Amino acid sequence: MNASVPTHLPSWPRGALSAAVATAALVLAMPASAQTEIQWWHSMTSANNDRVNALAEGFNKSQSEYRVVPIYKGGYAESMTAGIAAFRAGNAPHIIQIFEVGTATMMSAKGAIVPVEKLMKDAGLKFDRQAYVPAVAGYYTTSDGQMLSFPFNSSTTVFYYNKDAFAKAGIDKVPQTWPEVAAAAGKLKASGFACAYTTSFPSWVHLESFSAWHNVPFATEQNGFGGPNARLTIDTPLHERHLNNLAQWARDGWFQYAGRGAEGDSKFASGECAMGTASSAAYANIKRNAEFDFGIARLPYYSDVQGAPQNTVIGGASLWVMAGRPAAEYKGVARFFEFLSSPENQAAWHQGTGYLPLTLAAYELTKQSGFYEKNPGTDISVEQMIVKTTDKSRGIRLGNFLQIRDVNHEEMESLFAGKQTAKQALQKMTTRGNDLLARFERTARN
Amino acid sequence: MLAPQIAIVLVFFYWPAVQTLVQSVFIQDAFGGSLQFVGLENFEMLFADELYLNSFRVTAIFSVAVTLIGLVASLTLAYFADRAIRGAIAFRTLLIVPYAVAPAIVGVLWVFLFSPSLGVVSHWLRHVGVQWNHLLDGNHAMILVIIAAVWKQISYNFIFFLAGLQSIPKSLIEAAALDGAGAWRTFRSVIFPLLSPTTFFLLVINVVYAFFDTFAIIDTATGGGPAKATEILVYKVFYDGFKALDLGSSAAQSVILMSIVIVLTVVQFRYIERRVNY
Repeated sequence: MNASVPTHLPSWPRGALSAAVATAALVLAMPASAQTEIQWWHSMTSANNDRVNALAEGFNKSQSEYRVVPIYKGGYAESMTAGIAAFRAGNAPHIIQIFEVGTATMMSAKGAIVPVEKLMKDAGLKFDRQAYVPAVAGYYTTSDGQMLSFPFNSSTTVFYYNKDAFAKAGIDKVPQTWPEVAAAAGKLKASGFACAYTTSFPSWVHLESFSAWHNVPFATEQNGFGGPNARLTIDTPLHERHLNNLAQWARDGWFQYAGRGAEGDSKFASGECAMGTASSAAYANIKRNAEFDFGIARLPYYSDVQGAPQNTVIGGASLWVMAGRPAAEYKGVARFFEFLSSPENQAAWHQGTGYLPLTLAAYELTKQSGFYEKNPGTDISVEQMIVKTTDKSRGIRLGNFLQIRDVNHEEMESLFAGKQTAKQALQKMTTRGNDLLARFERTARN
Repeated sequence: MLAPQIAIVLVFFYWPAVQTLVQSVFIQDAFGGSLQFVGLENFEMLFADELYLNSFRVTAIFSVAVTLIGLVASLTLAYFADRAIRGAIAFRTLLIVPYAVAPAIVGVLWVFLFSPSLGVVSHWLRHVGVQWNHLLDGNHAMILVIIAAVWKQISYNFIFFLAGLQSIPKSLIEAAALDGAGAWRTFRSVIFPLLSPTTFFLLVINVVYAFFDTFAIIDTATGGGPAKATEILVYKVFYDGFKALDLGSSAAQSVILMSIVIVLTVVQFRYIERRVNY
């Protein structure tokens, strides 16, 4: 009997994975003779995977010195774990795509990463902070203004509605506020819809973006931007009111909980639910699958809250440059980032995926091309983000954020199952979240 | 000649075990840059956390259910497969197939069948008045992962039980029949005692399976939710180590888990094996 099976689980990445990574690196390095290989680990699937490959191919054709090799490394969490294990084994890829909840972890790992701004300057390339959309780039910028990672695929929270269902239920006005959503849900339910409203990423939409949208803080220290000593500030009457409403709508059968991830997207796209809050990047998928006419609107809010609506927060991922490679190779990475940020490439990426444009030039280019008129609603996400942000709305950047989100989801699940009140849920989220923040603070090297 | 074997055992079992012990008394950031010795703090933190203590309860329910249901179901199937005359080979092959399915896929498969809005099984359940929703109902989620985990392991148990049944001399069963024993009596007094070495072996294997090899099923089926209702100990080790990148806590949990399994195995060999006739 082998009782020691589990014991090598935590240390597995060091041994087995680094060996696998080393082998993979060897295999990949072989065909390269004169060209310098740039490894790019990413987590994009299906249509977006094709786009990532096309971007790399476009760059490889545009010059002959470097060759970017995109490698799909599994979902965001897997790919981040693999990247960290590779770094610890001294074998990190050049570029790795890290989701936004991993941002604080990456930022506190000072020796492990090369800041994008430094990368560009070292390579002698022009880098203009002003060219980037502030609410997007700001998320990946330190408090002293240095941009650390390259924002690649950023999305935000928007509201989708089924136009056919609205017509059938006799709703002629698109809901702007949460009470209007409730009124619409009642009518949809009466017209025979089993599920009036659902949501993807409940914590991101209903707590994180919700806070910024109402210009109230999610955590102290400017939502974690000011340092690793942030603590949660969501145990407020406003958050309680909103969670209470969601729980009430769940009891009334208007709101269906779909899960912690993007499951709500397919519930909406299949026509099962008539309204949904989801990522703006769900657009491409919904457009391909929905057999009904749908519209996109701004995230609903409470109109009696002063300062609402402010702006929503971003999700998605950015590209981090890992330290420890030979200096000459970083020049290739810088050239690749320059290629990625060209207005044409950015505009094409934004239009094809529903992710936000990274530069203001790409936004202008898309506007001039008439894309937004032809695809109404696709500019909603940009409009929500392009306003001047405040300290409360700039974004949320916390350590151990992955766990904090899961804690929020767990407590919401207990709330929607009728096991606790909204007040209790928020209190538990705060205590448990703050424990995680305290633990992160001890290991953060700031 | 022993050297290669010893080397393999040292590298793959002892070295990681020692690493785990070492890491369990440190906290560190994800990149391993800031290593701080904290003594037993990782353990204290775990035992002060009522959610971690609850995970023991969840693990106990899950493991007992998976082991018991798995053994009873596969023994029943093996008993009838052993008696089957026509189509025996086809029947056996079909029963062995699930073992070839990867655990993560097992999870996805059963989630699909039980999906609250689209699933076939949840559709049937609605007809008999059960509103199935494992996304919010912890008991439903637990039933779902137990079914998936049992289904995956039945094939393995089935092969061993069938082999065990086939090695029982026919003369003994005929003798029992001549003495006037019915099917149940024959099973209870002749077959089951003769199967006890197989049953004991499978008991140990199934407990270890439920404890350690089910986290991929749980990860794809429920992710430990809703609200930690299906978070067994090994899933939390995986989550904290591989997703949350908290190696200190994950290592401490591994050490705890290792102790539990050592105790369980000793108990099994000490007390249950006594009742086994080889």
